[in-house]
Amino acid sequence: MRYLLNHLDTAWALTLIHLRLSLIPVLLGLLIAVPLGALVWRHTALRRLTTVAAGIIFTIPSLALFVVLPLIIPTRILDETNVIVALTLYTTALLVRAVPEALDAVPAAVRDAAAAVGYTRIGQLLKVELPLSVPVLTAGLRVVAVTNVSMVAVGSVIGIGGLGTWFTEGYQADKSDQIVAGIIAIFVLAIIVDILILLAGRLLTPWARTRTTSRTGPRILRRAKAAA
Amino acid sequence: MSFVQEALTYIFTAENWAGRAGLGTRILEHLQYTGVAVAVSALIAIPIGLIIGHTGRGSFLVVTAVNGLRALPTLGVLLLAVLLWGLGLLPPTIALTLLGVPPLLAGTYAGIANVDPKVVDAARSMGMTERRVLTRVEVPNALPLILGGLRTATLQIVATATVAAYASLGGLGRYLIDGIKVRQFYLALVGALMVTVLALVLDGLLAMVVWASVPGTGRFRRRLPQPLLDDAALLESRPRRRSPDYSSGSASPTVEGW
Repeated sequence: MRYLLNHLDTAWALTLIHLRLSLIPVLLGLLIAVPLGALVWRHTALRRLTTVAAGIIFTIPSLALFVVLPLIIPTRILDETNVIVALTLYTTALLVRAVPEALDAVPAAVRDAAAAVGYTRIGQLLKVELPLSVPVLTAGLRVVAVTNVSMVAVGSVIGIGGLGTWFTEGYQADKSDQIVAGIIAIFVLAIIVDILILLAGRLLTPWARTRTTSRTGPRILRRAKAAA
Repeated sequence: MSFVQEALTYIFTAENWAGRAGLGTRILEHLQYTGVAVAVSALIAIPIGLIIGHTGRGSFLVVTAVNGLRALPTLGVLLLAVLLWGLGLLPPTIALTLLGVPPLLAGTYAGIANVDPKVVDAARSMGMTERRVLTRVEVPNALPLILGGLRTATLQIVATATVAAYASLGGLGRYLIDGIKVRQFYLALVGALMVTVLALVLDGLLAMVVWASVPGTGRFRRRLPQPLLDDAALLESRPRRRSPDYSSGSASPTVEGW
């Protein structure tokens, strides 16, 4: 703990690197997975294909992927880009499965109602189905973001920057306080990221806080209570 | 592409498989770390998940534990444990167990908590004791989710067991980490490829076990209703229905909001 307080400026610099490496992939993955997931949603064959592909990608160990990627894409070994590409792949793999499942979960009645009030297919997807699938997506994003934070830490054994370097340095210098400081810093970072995504999800779904789905719901409820 | 060729040549050369530092030994070491850690995580997570899922008390604890443990960096725990207790099987077991508990706990808890309450009530009304309700009704119905949790845990552990090598331990990570250290990248590639193959094989096997465990299909020679889901992340999403039909890609059961 004292180590952390004594090295706050280093911690901050490492945190920024750590965040860059772990969160850019989350954003990129989200940008890829949501359109892709929505696109394959209605096509059984395509959907099965993406699910299988995503499952295989997800099975590849991260450290292995960090090392193998430079052979597939034109980057150098031990380059930051490898980490970002690898983690983007994992994020996409996880979310691309979650998006269609989230869309499936939209109640048929809501879908019919949207069609009945005249939404086009695209409008319905953008304004009704995707917003309703935010809670499921948020759940997936939280797991991905927290996992990415710890994967970047693991990457320090093959020379990737971030707070994980405190582990490797501390281990080599036999300084357990530096390792403890690293654990605390990464733990706190992961929890903060987790909470921020949770809050973002809540902000995007204001209707979830009231238990009723329609705007007139609470009023009717109040009236019913007054009558009773 | 010469790295790939060198790596493949290395893997397909018989001498590299034999001996105390050969591929065979490294694979066994890797499987040993994985097996021990998975077993310990299961011993910790499954009973807790069963109790909390069955009683419905302490579900907040599950959510907190799952999220908290997931945020704990495995590498830090491993290296700290090595500094504190020295080399041996203990440090990787501790570090990897902490990694395996969250998915197993989430899977077990969500599996039990999401069993159709009507089925549970029916079992109770037939006069089953609580213990029997749990072992004869809830566990068989929750089996696909419990085993799904086991699958995720195994996958993460087998992938992360690689870092044990950094702490001068064995396993397939030796190739990966030594290869990078001495700048022999084909060796790193050997490690990466072997770990990937091991993970894919284990995951495939467990996927088959999950598939076989789906109740009501007689695949496990048991006849009880309800099917499947495989990902820890999906366990966290909210259920839209009380008794989900897992067989099509429907809403996933949850750890949150209970």
